[in-house]
Amino acid sequence: MKIGVYVCHCGVNISNTVDVQKVISEVSALPTVAVCRDYQYMCSDPGQEMIAKDIRELGLDRVVVAACSPRMHEPTFRGAVEAAGMNPYCFEMANIREQCSWVHEDKEQATRKAADLVKSSVARAALLEPLNSTEVPVTHAALVIGGGIAGIQTALDIANSGYPVYLVEKDPSIGGHMAQFDKTFPTLDCAACILTPKMVDVARHPNIELLTYSEVESIEGSVGNFHVRIRKKPRYVNVSLCTGCGSCATACRLVGRIPSEFDMGLGKRGAIYVPFPQAVPLRYTIDPEKCLMLKHGKCGTSPKCVDACDRDAIDFSMTEEILEVDVGAIVVATGYKEFDPTIKREYKYGTFKNVMTGLELERIFAPSGPTGGKALINGKVPKKIVFVSCVGSRDKRIGNPYCSRVCCMYIAKQAHLLKEKIPDADITVMYTDMRAFGKGYEEFYERVQKEGIKYRRGNAAEVYEEDGVLHVRAEDTLMGEPYELEADLVVLGTGLEPSDAADAIGHMLHLSRSADKFFLEAHPKLRPVDTVIDGVFLAGAAQGPKDIPDTVAQASGAASHVVNLLSKDVILAEPIVAEVNTDVCAGCRICEILCPYDAHAFDEERNVMTINKAICKGCGSCAAACPSGAIAMNHFRDSQIVAQILEVI
Amino acid sequence: MAETWNPKIVGFLCNWCCYAGADMAGTSRMKYPPNIRIIRVMCSSRINAEMVIKAFQMGADAVFIGGCHPGDCHYVDGNYRTQKRIAVLRRLLEHLGIDPRRLRLEWVSAAEGEKFAQTMDEFAKEVAELGPSPLAALQREVL
Ligand SMILES: Cc1cc2nc3c(=O)[nH]c(=O)nc-3n(C[C@H](O)[C@H](O)[C@H](O)COP(=O)(O)OP(=O)(O)OC[C@H]3O[C@@H](n4cnc5c(N)ncnc54)[C@H](O)[C@@H]3O)c2cc1C
Ligand code: FES
Repeated sequence: MKIGVYVCHCGVNISNTVDVQKVISEVSALPTVAVCRDYQYMCSDPGQEMIAKDIRELGLDRVVVAACSPRMHEPTFRGAVEAAGMNPYCFEMANIREQCSWVHEDKEQATRKAADLVKSSVARAALLEPLNSTEVPVTHAALVIGGGIAGIQTALDIANSGYPVYLVEKDPSIGGHMAQFDKTFPTLDCAACILTPKMVDVARHPNIELLTYSEVESIEGSVGNFHVRIRKKPRYVNVSLCTGCGSCATACRLVGRIPSEFDMGLGKRGAIYVPFPQAVPLRYTIDPEKCLMLKHGKCGTSPKCVDACDRDAIDFSMTEEILEVDVGAIVVATGYKEFDPTIKREYKYGTFKNVMTGLELERIFAPSGPTGGKALINGKVPKKIVFVSCVGSRDKRIGNPYCSRVCCMYIAKQAHLLKEKIPDADITVMYTDMRAFGKGYEEFYERVQKEGIKYRRGNAAEVYEEDGVLHVRAEDTLMGEPYELEADLVVLGTGLEPSDAADAIGHMLHLSRSADKFFLEAHPKLRPVDTVIDGVFLAGAAQGPKDIPDTVAQASGAASHVVNLLSKDVILAEPIVAEVNTDVCAGCRICEILCPYDAHAFDEERNVMTINKAICKGCGSCAAACPSGAIAMNHFRDSQIVAQILEVI
Repeated sequence: MAETWNPKIVGFLCNWCCYAGADMAGTSRMKYPPNIRIIRVMCSSRINAEMVIKAFQMGADAVFIGGCHPGDCHYVDGNYRTQKRIAVLRRLLEHLGIDPRRLRLEWVSAAEGEKFAQTMDEFAKEVAELGPSPLAALQREVL
């Protein structure tokens, strides 16, 4: 056995804490080690070439690199050794950066630990076996979950590259939050003018199957071959007959009596509705929670919507449908939800009607919104307006230490729009820090200030009412003095949290969350659209708060990764799977019940267990439980693990 | 020898959550004592009693097993199995004269670098208080 060991300095990231030369001298003494070298950056081209040269010239059997986490560079080095003619599974990595030099201070102890870790890797490497990946075919189709601007952009990009896309949106229409806005910062583009054409493109695209009012029920399989079950909720309206004329909605007995979700409860709808006039698809939906017919089986003498519909599109007998589709890649674009400010009791949201959230105010500006676009708050034009920033963001006490990234700017936008509509309004923004980081943002912020919007640093402590007038108490942290303002409208700059509906998707796909509870990308800098699950990608606010330009950019990024994957006919499947030694298997069948994937099949004739490689995902649970030691978990064999144990103690 | 005794902890960490959490502690430069030697496995359910006992036999003062939070196991429910196995294993250790506190199971997500570092801190202290494992002492005598 000839093992080559390469210790990386990682600049000074490792060598500052670990005495690399000492590690080398200890490791070189091992009988299986043929060569042990160090280098500044093993992952760089010269570093990789150093390994390749040794493989060719010294005829190495195994390679160990002691550097960063294998989660970072194992694929890099596997590729490098493979290019030099070695089986990639004969490569092993010792993590002496993330799990040693970065977390310890005592140089001697860190060096001791690093040497132990490298020796344990060498022991393991000596027992590694070459493995061969099998080719699996790729299903040339994608699933996009969430039909906000992120999902829309991703779906269009993939579809335009020629691949079929299933776009699943839980609500009756696509569009997401962007559809709720009238104007967008910093350009004050009309949101509908830039969004609705894309929504229509989605509906018309021959490669996109749009599944609105639908939810993903389950996802099985892995990269290249996911099997997805989608539940289409019943609309109780036959969409192929409905023309979206709206006669039913005007006729509904409950018209104007149910708070509209799209209007943040400020506007009212009936039991049969479209969320907004530009909805895609423009097809009506009956709310089963509210509809008298569906709830009580009776609606007067006969349901008015049925009478009003001359296309006979209404069908109360409709039931949910399950659709099963196969895709090769998945994009999660489940977006965000607005922070619920009732938790911040000091702002009395929910107590006073003229304390509202950012999204609520967006609907006030919308021409199709509850006030027809007029700046009316509870029927009155507000004259004294206070914005409170960072509500639900940068707040450790409520568990949201992160910045929501869009609030500073939407507050500036909303302040501008209010000033435009009510020129004599007195508008103050109470801000924590101003974050105008994007292209054109600082300029927009300056413009808004010039328009007469007052910015005072220091956040609001409390909102209270006296003699029917709202007061906001705050401290000006620049002047170092407390002050109070009267207000007839208080707008809370509510932050962003992950969508509730993202939870189920996260569990189905086993996606990790970052500390802010948004989905975690595979690498914070270099792989912002990938997840650690192969074939699953992220787009938009599902991955973290972001504005529309960043959302669209990430969405296109995710699409390009999907297309990259779908353009292949076959991909290599990880050979890290379990295998049964049928000579040893006693046929006890304990492993069978343990397998979460039903990869085990009992061979009655031979009285032994068999494992289907294509189904096994390599957790090793069965190998751990086999009483006769008949199951070998490739790449994580008992002998390999035990060899590591011996070296680290 | 006695004054330089440093607890030796063997850690088995699942690739998807706890190992990633340990990496996160690293990327965030959180500090914890260097007692643990980490062995990566794909799922915490890969670990069986033999491996843990082997570690104690060879002289480990403690064993740490880290997996995903309930419901988050990359392989559906491997961590539930781990939990059951560990419960049984604790009783077995007691029979072998090893304080079951020397075996710790913890769920750490990929984002919980801080939790990982804190757990390492606590566990190292706890094991230091427990003193050298009786098996480890025996092992040293034999050598
Ligand atoms: C008050 C306010 C004003 C803003 N103004 C601006 C602005 O002017 N300019 C700007 O650049 N940005 C603005 N933003 C930010 C902007 O809203 C986001 O950048 C953008 O909406 C993110 O798009 P998205 O598609 O990622 O998420 P969303 O818009 O949240 O869309 C997600 C979609 O996924 C669906 N979904 C969620 N879970 C599931 C599931 N499990 N299955 C199926 N579907 C699901 C949802 O129903 C939704 O349709 C503002 C934000 C707020 C709060
Ligand atoms: S993958 Fe982490 S416990 Fe199973």
